[in-house]
Amino acid sequence: MEPVVLVGLGGAVGAVLRYLLGESLPADPFPWGTLAVNVVGSFALGLVVFGGVGGDAALLVGTGACGAFTTFSSFSVAGVRLWESGERRLAAVHAVGNFGLSAAAVGVAWGAATLLVG
Amino acid sequence: MSRTNAPGRGETILLIAVGGFAGAAARYGVELAISSSLLSTLAVNVVGSFALGAIVYENRLVGSFSKRARFVFGTGFLSSFTTYSTFVVDALTAAPPLGLAYLFASYATGFGAVLAARASVRAIANPRGEVVA
Repeated sequence: MEPVVLVGLGGAVGAVLRYLLGESLPADPFPWGTLAVNVVGSFALGLVVFGGVGGDAALLVGTGACGAFTTFSSFSVAGVRLWESGERRLAAVHAVGNFGLSAAAVGVAWGAATLLVG
Repeated sequence: MSRTNAPGRGETILLIAVGGFAGAAARYGVELAISSSLLSTLAVNVVGSFALGAIVYENRLVGSFSKRARFVFGTGFLSSFTTYSTFVVDALTAAPPLGLAYLFASYATGFGAVLAARASVRAIANPRGEVVA
């Protein structure tokens, strides 16, 4: 299959899963959906990258599904919306929390992949 | 915004899937065009943040896009075109000074792009500059 089609198919699945997870979590006053997809998706991409997954699987699951499941645009918009509505503390928690927890998730994925794959 | 003729659940999921396919494929195209993963991810995230900001503020101030259009372009395309997971992995695997600079540059340009989109929509929607939202 063409690489771009693999990425697209993964992207379609990732986008729909993001929507479904986001639907089930409160978005107000704090955008929990964005945080959840970014942390979970970063963990999954960490497993792909550090688990040595390559080729078609990396395009489908990594670039496609994890790439589309996680999102920077909603994160940016949500951060500005929190700030402009006077929720300065939540805006800071949003900015720091998304990166901090996603980075921790990547670290855990790296540890797990190192143990499993060696 | 019209509440009639809203898309059903099945149609909503299909719209998001189609947008997600195109968004991820477009991001992959940018990745192929820009050899540095850091630069290509920064590029899609800045452009996508501006475009999603434009859609969100346009919807607040004017509201000319249907819910279907916002599902396809916003939830589907733009949210899949931009990505957080690759951004985090790249920031952590780069040399520490570069990774930290990349984190700050991504945040500054991402939030800056949304503010620029907000200002653009306000200027177009409200040329006289009355503050409405």
